[in-house]
Amino acid sequence: MKKVFTKTKGLTDLPFHYCPGCTHGIIHRLVGEVLEELDIMDTTVGVASVGCSAFAMAYFNCDFVQALHGRAAAVASGVKRSLPDHTVFTYQGDGDMAAIGTSHAFHAAARGEKITAIMVNNAIYGMTGGQMAPTTLEGQKTSTSPYGRDCSQMGYPIDFPKALATLPGAVYVAAVSVDSPKNILKAKRALKRAFQVQQAGLGFSLVSFLSTCPTNWGLSPVDSLQWLRDHMMPVYEMGEIKVTEEVKAL
Amino acid sequence: MTKVLMKGNEFIAEAAIRAGCNLFFGYPITPSTEVVEYLAKHFPKAGGTVLQAECEVSAINMCCGAAAAGKRVMTASSGLGISLKQEGLSHAAANQLPIVVVNISRAGPGLGGLGASQADYFQSTKGGGHGDYRLIVLAPSRAQEMYDMTMEAFALADKHRNPVMILAEGFLGQMMEPAELKDPAPAALPAKDWTVGHSAGRAKRFIASYGLTNEQCEANCLVWEEKYRKIRETEQRWEEFHTEDAEYLLVGYGTCGRIAKSVVLKARQQGLKVGLIRPITLWPFPEKAFVPFRNKLKGVLTVELSAGQMVEDVNLALQCSVPSHFYGRQGGVLPSDNELLGQMLKAFQLKLPEGV
Repeated sequence: MKKVFTKTKGLTDLPFHYCPGCTHGIIHRLVGEVLEELDIMDTTVGVASVGCSAFAMAYFNCDFVQALHGRAAAVASGVKRSLPDHTVFTYQGDGDMAAIGTSHAFHAAARGEKITAIMVNNAIYGMTGGQMAPTTLEGQKTSTSPYGRDCSQMGYPIDFPKALATLPGAVYVAAVSVDSPKNILKAKRALKRAFQVQQAGLGFSLVSFLSTCPTNWGLSPVDSLQWLRDHMMPVYEMGEIKVTEEVKAL
Repeated sequence: MTKVLMKGNEFIAEAAIRAGCNLFFGYPITPSTEVVEYLAKHFPKAGGTVLQAECEVSAINMCCGAAAAGKRVMTASSGLGISLKQEGLSHAAANQLPIVVVNISRAGPGLGGLGASQADYFQSTKGGGHGDYRLIVLAPSRAQEMYDMTMEAFALADKHRNPVMILAEGFLGQMMEPAELKDPAPAALPAKDWTVGHSAGRAKRFIASYGLTNEQCEANCLVWEEKYRKIRETEQRWEEFHTEDAEYLLVGYGTCGRIAKSVVLKARQQGLKVGLIRPITLWPFPEKAFVPFRNKLKGVLTVELSAGQMVEDVNLALQCSVPSHFYGRQGGVLPSDNELLGQMLKAFQLKLPEGV
């Protein structure tokens, strides 16, 4: 019988600890597949963040460094400047990157740091139990916005990829979703392109994944995917937000 | 070897280049700025990387990344900037990352002032950030030591896989003095077989300190504690000056150590048996230096540019067995040698011979 699918060598055999229905698992697989397909597992260093993906380092078949909350882009900059021939990526949540780590991600992009940042946006802080994040939508109920996010008091959701796309050093910025097989394929193409941009030394690349959190959203996995489509996709610009001419020419 | 005349900060930068530092991540802040300026000018020509970070927090975390990749790395800052680095220093200690951190200290608390101050002693030696951890802290007192101790700091960091801090008052960073540009001393250092990158042919590894269980966390803490015990046992450094027959001791580090030396000489000219212990490692504190003096002194006077911080360690090292006194100036003010002499005579209830 012909084998049509196998687990990527880019991941270790350790079972994921993620909640049922969480899309971290799919996103991990895509990263692992890209590491394998580009044959860079021996020359890649990942930087883990703080959040649900704090233990991501044990799942990927490449070396990893754990960063403090929000500091992944700074740590990755230090790794990349030390190992310029390596591929260096961060794997961060939206709270990690777009709140406490804003300045580090923003300035890494401004410097055109030759790293790839992966942001997994589930519109809340998942690991600490579903608090409001900078990406929480207007009216969305969380444990720290129990009556819904009131933007007049709590500010507006940040479309972080769009903000980074304004910087000349950010040469490839994409926002993707893994809510359907079609979108998973699109997401993987974007992710691979982001890594190739780094390999070509063109500058900073970012791929933002919309993700679900059934546990903290209080929805079933299937309903969560629909909620993502109905509520997140209209707010956050999707697709390849920025592709410079150099990237197009790759 | 000929001596060159430079600022203390510049000697630190030059020593880093010659010690084989690969990368420097920093952010300008008075009175440490000449370190990053000197490196920006001279380091790239020597093959080094200088990156001005967007903030102090970023700089220390960049250092963590570089150290994890096995490179020699340094950052420098002052007062408030060092406060911002504390989270990263705790993280670096927990992950056993060799990083050299220079604190050209300024007066605090808060914005404080730019003058010479030793009020960062507690922060530097007792932790500073969260959790039980230690930095090795070196306290130079002149330009030559700014140079030598920077070189040594890289070796100590690699030897113990621990962040090392150079703690010097802004006075020492800003003052121009002659010093020799020596080559690094040969050192047999452990192989860096724990770093990330170039992972072909070996199991993948990650550098992390997080413990999922309390037991795992405690096991980590015990590893670090054992390392700190070993450092405490093997790395205590100090200078003694006229202590052989001393009945009274002055204790001071950095600039205070220099001023106290003048006071010892003046007192000796008058036949007063005064000696000096100048701690060189502030952590580990040189307790061994004080052991022979327990119950043997008529008095000890600790002088600091603070409200009294190291004096606590002096009293612990002497087991409170001798009358202990403290004299401090704050906010950037240095005591003159005559002022300190007067304070010493008052504290020890001594009088200079008639006619002096």
